[in-house]
Amino acid sequence: MISLYLRRRVVNRFNMLASLATMGVGLGALAWILFTLLHKGIDGINWTTFSQMTPPPGSSGGLLNAIVGSLLMTLGAVAVGTPIGILAGTYLAEFGQRGWLAPVTRFVNDILLSAPSIVIGLFVYELVVVRLKHFSGWAGAAALALIVIPVVVRTTENMLRLVPNSLREASAALGAPQWRIVTFVTLRASQAGIITGVLLAVARISGETAPLLFTALNNQFWTLNMNNPMANLPVAIFQMAMSPYDDWHHLAWAGALLITLAVLGLSILARTFFRQKYKL
Amino acid sequence: MNDTIMETGGTAMRTKIRARNFNFYYGKFHALKNINLDIPEQQVTAFIGPSGCGKSTLLRTFNRMYDLYPGQTSEGELLLDGQNILDKSTDVNKLRARVGMVFQKPTPFPMSIYDNIAFGVKLYERLPKSEMNDRVEWALRKAALWDEVKDKLNQNGLSLSGGQQQRLCIARAVAVKPEVVLLDEPTSALDPISTAKIEELVYELKADYTIAIVTHNMQQAARVSDYTAYMYLGEMVEMNSTDIIFTNPKQKATEDYITGKFG
Repeated sequence: MISLYLRRRVVNRFNMLASLATMGVGLGALAWILFTLLHKGIDGINWTTFSQMTPPPGSSGGLLNAIVGSLLMTLGAVAVGTPIGILAGTYLAEFGQRGWLAPVTRFVNDILLSAPSIVIGLFVYELVVVRLKHFSGWAGAAALALIVIPVVVRTTENMLRLVPNSLREASAALGAPQWRIVTFVTLRASQAGIITGVLLAVARISGETAPLLFTALNNQFWTLNMNNPMANLPVAIFQMAMSPYDDWHHLAWAGALLITLAVLGLSILARTFFRQKYKL
Repeated sequence: MNDTIMETGGTAMRTKIRARNFNFYYGKFHALKNINLDIPEQQVTAFIGPSGCGKSTLLRTFNRMYDLYPGQTSEGELLLDGQNILDKSTDVNKLRARVGMVFQKPTPFPMSIYDNIAFGVKLYERLPKSEMNDRVEWALRKAALWDEVKDKLNQNGLSLSGGQQQRLCIARAVAVKPEVVLLDEPTSALDPISTAKIEELVYELKADYTIAIVTHNMQQAARVSDYTAYMYLGEMVEMNSTDIIFTNPKQKATEDYITGKFG
């Protein structure tokens, strides 16, 4: 009796230490990355970072056009990807109970979800860039949208599945047709979760480099025209980090820090949003 | 068995829901076997029996709730006012507007108290704002909830207590003015005071509605119902006026269940 209890205590202590240690490794790596970013990036952030364009070789400048380009393309991708994602996710969760279409869609979506982003970049390159014969912000937004869609589809479906069936039954019991149940009850009940999913999709694409390398490329100058090649933070960071200039390295670190802070901010926003809604 | 109802009920009563050789299947599982029954209009009919006997299943066929799920099928006749609701031509949504339902767990919609009530009304009626206000108040009064919520109609329905939520659900069901109200163990998740309120409510509602209630609580069946049906393993064992079922049941099985020897 005593020995059994003792043994359990020992095993418990051991497992506890083991999981604490693994958590330490994970958190430690994260803290290390964040610290390095903060340490190296903070030097590069000053007023010129936000007021000047990316510099030509040999001179210094800022990140303004890259920041704006990233924002525009992200906005475009979300504007296109969110409605498609939400509609498809709603179909999967609410309408696709019978037949083969939903399982196939779900399977394809899972493949798209795990597709390497460089493949998506190449795909859009072939489809858009080659045909139009130039790189463009639209192509970049399209590539990013292809990453947004599966994320939103998945979270929308999962969040709708969290809505208890009793709620669907309750609204059906009043004589509500299915489209009303979906639009006024179940989608509303999972609103917070779906918005969280969209925010997470934004976080996901804001650091993507590969799909933009083949589509939006880069642009040293200020432009709001999405038909032109467009500067963006990930590609700008890539080019600057590869350059031999010291002040470019500083800018690259600054850009990396900006992306990280934006993603962190979005995640926190998503979490608080989700928590507020589901406190009850 | 069905004739007995009419005899013991005294005055001739109209049958609201009638089942003839009604069978129900969950996939291959035969859940309801050859059910025959008559539910009289503007009376409270209680369904009792041990867990899994099919009483909730039976209740959920009266508004064809099972249509939501693939693999659940029925055969036989189930008549509402003489119309077979199992017919392919039946508009299920319209049927459900006539046959309201309240569930075991309170299920307020994620919207304001007012909109919870208005949601169902808007489905089949286009009322001007003032009439809608009247309807909401009327339904909430019917459910004995008005005094508690009249100052916070814009609050989320989920902010109410469990008992209040359940009365909100009853108000919601009553607001669309159905002909039949189905109650599936409406008080099993509630405290005694809320339970008493809902039982009182059931008693009052029968003036206007036909009520069918499933309950695990035999005292409740005895308190609120005019007729009681005892079910076991998917079969209708005995149905009669509540007085007879609880004092002088014809079947030994019913007596054993009522007296607690079984179940």
